[in-house]
Amino acid sequence: MKETLIIAGFGGQGVLSMGKILAYAGVVQGFEVSWMPAYGPEMRGGTANVTVILSDSPISSPIAHEFDSAIILNQQSMDKFEPAIRPGGLLLYDTNGITRHPTRTDIRIFAMDATEQSARRGMARMFNTMVLGGYLAVRPVVDSSSVVEGLRLSLPERAHKLIPDNEKALAAGAELIKK
Amino acid sequence: MDKVYGRSSLLTDNVMHYCPGCSHGTIHKLVAETIEEMGLQSETIGISPVGCSVFAYNYVDIDWIQAAHGRACAVATAVKRLQPDKMVFTYQGDGDLSAIGTGETIHACNRGENIVVIYVNNAIYGMTGGQMAPTTLLGMKTATSPHGREAAIHGYPYKIAEMVSLLDGVCFVTRQSVHSPAAVRKAKKALRRAFENAQAGMGLSFVEIVSSCNSGWKQSPVEANHWMEENMFPFYKLGDLK
Amino acid sequence: MEEIKLVKGNEAVALGAINSGCDGYFGYPITPQSEILETLMELRPWESTGMVVVQAESEVASINMVYGGAACGRRVMTSSSSPGISLMAEGISYLAGAELPCLIVNVQRGGPGLGTIQPSQADYFQATKGCGHGDYNMIVLAPNSVQEMYDFVFDGFDLAFRYRVPVMMLSDGIIGQMMEKVSLSRSRPRWSAQEIRSMSDDWATTGRHGSRARNIASSLELDPNEMERRNLDLQSRYRSIESAEVRFEEFLTEDAEYIVVAFGSSARIASETVRMARAEGMKVGLLRPITLWPFPSARIAELADRVKGFLVAELNAGQMVEDVRLAVDGRVPVRHFGRMGGIVYSPDEILNALKQEGRSNG
Repeated sequence: MKETLIIAGFGGQGVLSMGKILAYAGVVQGFEVSWMPAYGPEMRGGTANVTVILSDSPISSPIAHEFDSAIILNQQSMDKFEPAIRPGGLLLYDTNGITRHPTRTDIRIFAMDATEQSARRGMARMFNTMVLGGYLAVRPVVDSSSVVEGLRLSLPERAHKLIPDNEKALAAGAELIKK
Repeated sequence: MDKVYGRSSLLTDNVMHYCPGCSHGTIHKLVAETIEEMGLQSETIGISPVGCSVFAYNYVDIDWIQAAHGRACAVATAVKRLQPDKMVFTYQGDGDLSAIGTGETIHACNRGENIVVIYVNNAIYGMTGGQMAPTTLLGMKTATSPHGREAAIHGYPYKIAEMVSLLDGVCFVTRQSVHSPAAVRKAKKALRRAFENAQAGMGLSFVEIVSSCNSGWKQSPVEANHWMEENMFPFYKLGDLK
Repeated sequence: MEEIKLVKGNEAVALGAINSGCDGYFGYPITPQSEILETLMELRPWESTGMVVVQAESEVASINMVYGGAACGRRVMTSSSSPGISLMAEGISYLAGAELPCLIVNVQRGGPGLGTIQPSQADYFQATKGCGHGDYNMIVLAPNSVQEMYDFVFDGFDLAFRYRVPVMMLSDGIIGQMMEKVSLSRSRPRWSAQEIRSMSDDWATTGRHGSRARNIASSLELDPNEMERRNLDLQSRYRSIESAEVRFEEFLTEDAEYIVVAFGSSARIASETVRMARAEGMKVGLLRPITLWPFPSARIAELADRVKGFLVAELNAGQMVEDVRLAVDGRVPVRHFGRMGGIVYSPDEILNALKQEGRSNG
């Protein structure tokens, strides 16, 4: 098993922490993992992306030119990464702010309106976990107990009280993508 | 017969390289005596600068670290933090401390490192042949201010002791001289107080010693002392600042 | 039980410092390595191991604090990124001249000047050819994983004290910022004052005691004959390091016709290139220098006798390629492939360069 995933969007959308939760879940399940952010000035509104690789063998390059899956959360990232998904791969995107929808026919494409839905359910701050729930529903690279453990490991102690809400967001995301 | 004077056993037998009339020899002697009288020979680490006193380590028989130009206070910071039970002092000139090393000096002061800074201010660069220092007085002739220091070209002489006295980490700031027996006695008392402050962990003690550089000033030692009294002391006023 | 953590390379350096018995870290913030100082301040090792951590007012102050700490026989270190290392160059020269051991971590970014905060390997020359003024070398370790960011803190201190030289860990923004699993099982306490005295009493400035002569940490010597003798002594130490401390790693070189030479993050990327090339039937191997100084010249010279060519992949305009060419000595072509300015190549870009190399050699 090897999953090379890019998560891309705006700073402030929780792109990096979404990747971190997944990476920790991978560790819990015994995978080799790498989490490689495109780092920059830490400001909201700038673009942010992270490459997460989960693999059952040692990871050679943490830098990828082709991705098995992409989670896309804004238009710039759509323009940049839709062409970089390998044929047969997966693209999941949040529809908010997307003006040019993906056109490829050789990949699996899923859309969700997590921005809208998370706000409507009072879960705006758990938007990223909701998206992660959607991704894991269609690409179950780790099981749900590992994800909860990943949440526990990646969140600072003081945020552990938010884990039950995050679990709800994961479930809500999975529901959302099925519709 | 009573012994009235003894040479400090901490002074080595090396012949000092300083020019006749230079103040460094006297100040070295005071430092050696202070360390000896406090029984701190095995506990003291000195940091020598770049400048005339770069070779201070040849004359006082303690462990020494020779620092890069201006960086003595940074070096001393680590030495003291890593060996908090030791006595750590820097010995620096005006070029080293108040020109190239201004940043390190100010920040060690501001952090309140428990060290002693001995600052020998003779208003000129001696080692490199008499160039202008930040502390050179207006009108004073040096190799790089051959027509006399002009504020419009060279800026003003500045008083770093007054500046550091404003910083919370500094517990003691004094300006001394060693041009007369009475001044030498006062300067030694000031050094003792500074070393005791460091021992007590009270913060940084800053001891400026206004000195002559008769070679750099192109005067005889006696002339230089008079010139210092008439010109330096009115600007660099002696006494405790904090 | 073995403790496995998922941490950034920079965090691994901080953890490595605490667990390797480091006595003092002195640093100044600069992207992309600030997590090292941040992590240390978060973990407050002065309350656990007694390790001192100081945020200095500049890189210049940082390296001079390292100089002071090293003179006291302590394990001390600093870290920075490219522009900050340039500021430290003077201090590194003094450390080498005064024969003081220390560890300096450079998490490289692109230059010249303020350049970019994105990753680069453009400080190879600076690290391997001395960095500051005068005839000296640092031992340079190039980690290619988060685990090695941790382990090389231990190895770096060991080498520094074995030879009393400054050691540099030459990393970059990729390894510094990425997270991987790391085992933290390797651990040792700080040295006691007694241990330091028994090891370093002939040079460390811990206070002149008893009958021992005063110790003086200094790089100054005005007598040219004595200064030459000190230089010759340093040079003979460097020759010992060259004969004993070369480290490198090979991947699929046994039957290789072409060898990719790459260090640090580039070696990770190039190892994927080698897999891809093999999948296409190309006989390609990878040689990864782990020590950049001393350089694995002898091994490269051996390989030059039986391969058709070398491709040196590095994130710069061509620096390590010069050392590879010196080792190969004209026997086979040595080409360079690089990207600059913070652009990171992907495995397929190196593969394309390799294919062009193959074509141009027939």
